[in-house]
Amino acid sequence: MTAVADPMAASTGDTVPETVRRRRVLDQNWRELLKVGAILMVGQVFIALSGMPVSFDRRLIIDPILSLGYLSLLWLPLVVGYAVGREQALEGMMAYTKGGREVLAGAITGVLGNLGLTLLVVGITHFDIRDPLVNWSPQLLELLEFEQSVWFGALIWLGIGAATGAAGGGLHWVGARNRRTVITVIAAVSSAAVLESVITDLAQGFHIEAVANWLYAPKRGLTSPAAAVVAGATILAVNAISALRARAAHRLVSAAEASPTESGSTRGGRLSPRRLAGFALTVAAVIVLPLFLGRLTNELLANVGLFILLALGLNIIVGLAGILDLGYVAFFAVGGYSVAVLTSPGSPRFSPEMPWIGALFIAMLLAGLVGLFIGAPVIRMRGDYLAVVTLGFGEIIRILLLSDWLSGTFNGAQGIINIPGVEIFGLTTVRGFEPRSVLYLVLFFCAIAIYVSWRLENSRIGRAWMAIREDESVAEAMGVDTVSAKLMAFVTGAVLGSFSGAILSAKVGSIFPHSFAIIVSIVILVVVIFGGMGNIAGVIAGAAVLIGVLGGPNQPGLLQEFAEFKILIYGALLVWMMLQRSEGLIPSVRRARELHTDELNQDAWLRAQADEADDASNPGVLDGQGPRP
Amino acid sequence: MQLTAKQRTRVDWFLTILRVAALVLIGAGLVAFVAQVVDSNNPFARWANPDAINLTGRQFRDLVVAGLAQGAMYGLIALGYSMVYGVLGFINFAHGEVFMIGAVTGAITSSKLAEAGAWEDNFVLCLLLVVVLSMVVCTITAVIMERVAYRPLRGKPRLIPLITSIGVSFFLQNFILVLLGPGTKTYPRMPEWLTEKRTFLEIQGTRLLVLAAAAVAMVGLWYLVERTKTGKAMRAVAEDAEIASLMGIDVNRVIVKTFAVGGAMAGVAGILWGLLFNSVLHTAGFLPGIKAFSAAVVGGIGNLGGSMAGGLTIGVAESLGPLVILEPLGVSGPSQLRDAVAFSVLIIVLLVRPSGIFGERLPSEERT
Repeated sequence: MTAVADPMAASTGDTVPETVRRRRVLDQNWRELLKVGAILMVGQVFIALSGMPVSFDRRLIIDPILSLGYLSLLWLPLVVGYAVGREQALEGMMAYTKGGREVLAGAITGVLGNLGLTLLVVGITHFDIRDPLVNWSPQLLELLEFEQSVWFGALIWLGIGAATGAAGGGLHWVGARNRRTVITVIAAVSSAAVLESVITDLAQGFHIEAVANWLYAPKRGLTSPAAAVVAGATILAVNAISALRARAAHRLVSAAEASPTESGSTRGGRLSPRRLAGFALTVAAVIVLPLFLGRLTNELLANVGLFILLALGLNIIVGLAGILDLGYVAFFAVGGYSVAVLTSPGSPRFSPEMPWIGALFIAMLLAGLVGLFIGAPVIRMRGDYLAVVTLGFGEIIRILLLSDWLSGTFNGAQGIINIPGVEIFGLTTVRGFEPRSVLYLVLFFCAIAIYVSWRLENSRIGRAWMAIREDESVAEAMGVDTVSAKLMAFVTGAVLGSFSGAILSAKVGSIFPHSFAIIVSIVILVVVIFGGMGNIAGVIAGAAVLIGVLGGPNQPGLLQEFAEFKILIYGALLVWMMLQRSEGLIPSVRRARELHTDELNQDAWLRAQADEADDASNPGVLDGQGPRP
Repeated sequence: MQLTAKQRTRVDWFLTILRVAALVLIGAGLVAFVAQVVDSNNPFARWANPDAINLTGRQFRDLVVAGLAQGAMYGLIALGYSMVYGVLGFINFAHGEVFMIGAVTGAITSSKLAEAGAWEDNFVLCLLLVVVLSMVVCTITAVIMERVAYRPLRGKPRLIPLITSIGVSFFLQNFILVLLGPGTKTYPRMPEWLTEKRTFLEIQGTRLLVLAAAAVAMVGLWYLVERTKTGKAMRAVAEDAEIASLMGIDVNRVIVKTFAVGGAMAGVAGILWGLLFNSVLHTAGFLPGIKAFSAAVVGGIGNLGGSMAGGLTIGVAESLGPLVILEPLGVSGPSQLRDAVAFSVLIIVLLVRPSGIFGERLPSEERT
């Protein structure tokens, strides 16, 4: 949406530096508004016709008021209203004034956008083009009319558009700090609603069902009073945290001023005691919590863990070494199938019925060999050819597993069934129908993968990978053996990928070629990119958010309604990430540290100053704003 | 540095083994096939595959023609990959999806036309209308795609637009899925005179039509690129965008036109898919897209004639390969491995001759 903001900035470019020129309410860029409104209209009509409102309507966010279906039609005008009201403030060139202008701009685009829904309401009543467009249906009409009359529906959407757009624009009006609070409250309420099943489960585990019963209408989202309480608590928490953060930033800045040479290096190297304590707490929570969780949540977490494991493996190849491997699913398949063949009594030709742990070692070995075999031919190719060729290898492996030719060993489309669970030294057995035990197994391997990734990242080979990622020829000139370093990345990633394959076959108890389609590779790639390439915490967060909420390619997430729209959202998310935030949700700490120490400190300082300015002035009054420091 | 040298030779050695192994396998398959054809009780053929079935000459010819027809379609899609790669230097993964949108557009419009009764009566006119409509829709899709997803990334490292295009690809696929539903979209029945095998050499009429349409599209494209000012500008931008812009060429405009032309070719290819297979799914674009990319690489990416030749090569290879090379070697159910054969062609070509069979130059080799 940067294109939206540019012309506006240009139109005021002739202002005298350091002069406050207030823009009047009607001082709009009308052409831009029309254009954005038209785009929004297309977007709204697409969302309505995609079937999201109808199929999400059953899921409520706040019990009687708001369903996910209506939410899917409300968020876009809000976001676009916010974007269209944005104005670029050039530091020292032009003072930023706020006023009714942003609100009006938001309202106009909102009305224009929802005009699409109005037209849709009228259109559905008069025409029937259900033949190509499957969601051109009476249910959609009913939903859009609020079960009232056509004209009510047609008009109310214009009103809703004006309101949501104006609210989006109004976010500029209320000041940076209040804006952050509003956004956090929205996020908190919606995540509380989305996490319904987990929180209910947890409450049952701790025998405090009363809390859950009060929070949630059964299977119907938050109750209205609960939503109000969550919102209130979030506001308090945000205020407390931002006060703490402002103080910490002041301390950081004054420390940096006192000894400017050390400012960058203080945070490097070893973990500080505070972070160590936080880390220990997290580990303890992760170990203890599953005991209190029910089947479904444990199952969900096991899926998340499986994808964390896969994403950590791909992170080594893509994130650290910068090799875009689109056939990562091949290693997942090798791990899964070798364990299946080696342990299952049902494997057709060769069935040694080994214990799982023994099979795992062979699977690792095989995956490493496959990694070498796929890696060696592609290693010298240019990045984009490499991507397509690895994708081809991934497909070839799936086709071979499916084929009649090798069905003597892999049983073709019927797959291999009756894979026994994991016996751990005769103590206990991990089986698919006990999600908790699977979760612990996954957690154990995640811990290994995290440790390996962390150690590798800070090792000689890790630095070599990162050097290759930044610039291959320079790395080579500096004496890095690029070929063997890249092969190492492939092999390490392959071995980590084989872990999750092995766990998958023990968890599900059967294995089929269709579990290893290309889309699995793509979803893992989205997880890595969304979380932040090259950063362990980012990858974990990415997997938790995406797989936990939306679900994996074959696994349901918290929002099971999304099943149909999952890949659509993954695709859109990938594009959006690349356009807006190609470094990911949590960018690699090392790169941030190397590149932006000064900027980071400055940002924290500026934020603290802005918060103080907000405190000092009354944010609702138009005239109260002078130029920012 | 000595270690480096040693490692390199080791990888090189491995690659040489791979290259030789691939060529030996192909050679052995071919020899076994020839042995089969000469005499199906030939000891070599028996040794390679005890229950070999002999292809008759007619089956062989049908396979070649089917492969050529599909290959022509791949070639048309490959043109889009090749042109975009030439101008922007990245692989537009979503191009296969543009092709799928063309095929879906064709399915919807042609079935609407059939409902209205026009398809049977005025087949040629209807087909023309459907082709034009599909070209228009595909062009619009490609141009919007460029504007929304790729233009903001101009000048970023090459992998970033590549990843974006993967996202666009899955977005478009599911865009069609959620709008039009998961069902198969079918084309109406082709008229009798087209489907029956009475044309010369008893080749199915639709296949001839496909080949002819591809040839017409190819000639049109050749004229556009080689004989018009727009084409000259495209070639100039492909050669060096910066210098082209210094010469007064509006690079952005040329890029949009390139996407538009590529989209139009994909639109034609979409209708050809409809003619060949009679039905289309939302996933139909992905594999042909990848194969068309392979075709572009085989033909030498950035080389338009090469793309068409590469397409024909890939089409014939995936049609013949399973029965001519794999089956004589004793692989059972070889037709299931068609897609694997297509990918193997890509891998082997890149291993043996990285600049493609017909490619002399790699226009964006030095770009980063």
